[in-house]
Amino acid sequence: MKKDDFPLLKNRNLIYLDSAATSQKPKIVINAINDYYNNYNSNVHRGVYSISEEATLEYEKAREKVAEFVNALPSEIIFTKGTTESLNLLAYSLDLEEGDEILISEMEHHSNLVPWQQLAKKKKLKLKYIPVNEDGDLEFKPKLVTDKTKVISVTHVSNVLGTVNDIKNIVKNKKKALVIIDGAQSVPHMKVDVKELGVDFLAFSAHKMFGPMGIGVLYGKLELLEKLDPFLYGGDMIKQVSFEETIFNDVPWKFEAGTPNVVGAIGLGKAIEYINEIGIENIEKHNMELGKYAIKKLKELGVKVYGNPKNKLGVVSFNLNGMHPHDVSSLLDQENICIRGGHSCAMPLMKKLNVNGVCRVSFHIYNEKEDVDRLVNVLKKVLILVEKNGITV
Amino acid sequence: MELLFEELMEHYKEPRNFGSLENFDIKQFDSNPLCGDEVEITCKIDKDKIKEIKFTGEGCAISKSAASILTEYVRGKNLKEVIELSNERFLNLYGFKPSPMRIKCALLALITLKKGVVKYVGRENK
Repeated sequence: MKKDDFPLLKNRNLIYLDSAATSQKPKIVINAINDYYNNYNSNVHRGVYSISEEATLEYEKAREKVAEFVNALPSEIIFTKGTTESLNLLAYSLDLEEGDEILISEMEHHSNLVPWQQLAKKKKLKLKYIPVNEDGDLEFKPKLVTDKTKVISVTHVSNVLGTVNDIKNIVKNKKKALVIIDGAQSVPHMKVDVKELGVDFLAFSAHKMFGPMGIGVLYGKLELLEKLDPFLYGGDMIKQVSFEETIFNDVPWKFEAGTPNVVGAIGLGKAIEYINEIGIENIEKHNMELGKYAIKKLKELGVKVYGNPKNKLGVVSFNLNGMHPHDVSSLLDQENICIRGGHSCAMPLMKKLNVNGVCRVSFHIYNEKEDVDRLVNVLKKVLILVEKNGITV
Repeated sequence: MELLFEELMEHYKEPRNFGSLENFDIKQFDSNPLCGDEVEITCKIDKDKIKEIKFTGEGCAISKSAASILTEYVRGKNLKEVIELSNERFLNLYGFKPSPMRIKCALLALITLKKGVVKYVGRENK
């Protein structure tokens, strides 16, 4: 029973079903954060005194843990404030010219859509979309990639439908394009090995994988990062500065201008330790089974469940016909059940599904089948009330 | 949960003044990205008073029921009174207290109406 590792769930007596938005934090991560502030809070890389050295050491140790976790080198791991910043870093830094093509998909989170859309407008690039079919799978066709395609940026796992996309197939057909994946929903829930997938870049956030908020990662192949110019300038990202010139620091520090989120990185390192203790494969299996169980139970209730992709993680979207997802969410909140209601930051996908929003439940290691049962019991009550009030469902 | 539900549903099920006026002096649209609520209010004005008012739109139960209650309340009211109707006062009239995030839903119709009224008054005073 992993629930006991998460103080908030006990303190607030909650059934928390919104881990795709953010995960709860285990005690050991909270303790690591407290330990940093209580015992060695200081700035990194420059201080020549013991607590600063300790902080630097722990910060860089966290980088090593992240690198090992996704099978990369420590120098290939850039700390950012989250997936969004990681993707923006690429949109700002990649060398793209008028006429170049960018290929993304219809199931992207706004964070992997808006940066490319705006960049395309500014630089007169062509933005193309891989379509999503009714099952919620991507309809990737090799011919979508042309000689002009410079970037393919797709989500690894859909935050709405839970679809696990076939990244290897996209990499196989990438031609000259760079392949970027948004791992915000995959890295916290399944084994992600950048070498095995063959991607050029991977972006993800700590807070969805038991780590703190405000810290995320951009992985990039070393030879690509060496060539890439930073888009944030300032302290820590330099080697030498004169009034006329600046020599940038080495990879990855040249991308980390300003005081980094040291405590965030340390928290993320601890979160990875926690995941490793349980085993990412066990987490994947646990969440996937809960997802399947939830779909079965929701279908028995007769509510509309969206998507039926070939491979799916523990994210389930549904609607009680005739009720706004936020109203459903508010009603569940009265019973201490947290779910997401709305467009889940994927408005274009909502349009494609022909809805204004959905109710979404998503799972993590602290959830159990009983949580699904309680959700379904309350939804049953809602449906009875709806019927009593004469609203057609 | 039952109580919340009854309060929300009463006006959601049968919103008052739902529709739009063909002859209007005020027509104002606004939306709330949180719930994707949309509301369009049309009003007929007579001697600085709201003579007729209707609203259309899609949205959650809170935004719809609030629009229903608001349109009932402001009919016959002076435009000045509408402009001066504070958020707090309207929430009192509305009766049900939404969670902090969802106060936006409850206030959407009021904010939309006020925008329309302010524009109308500006036009009239030119």
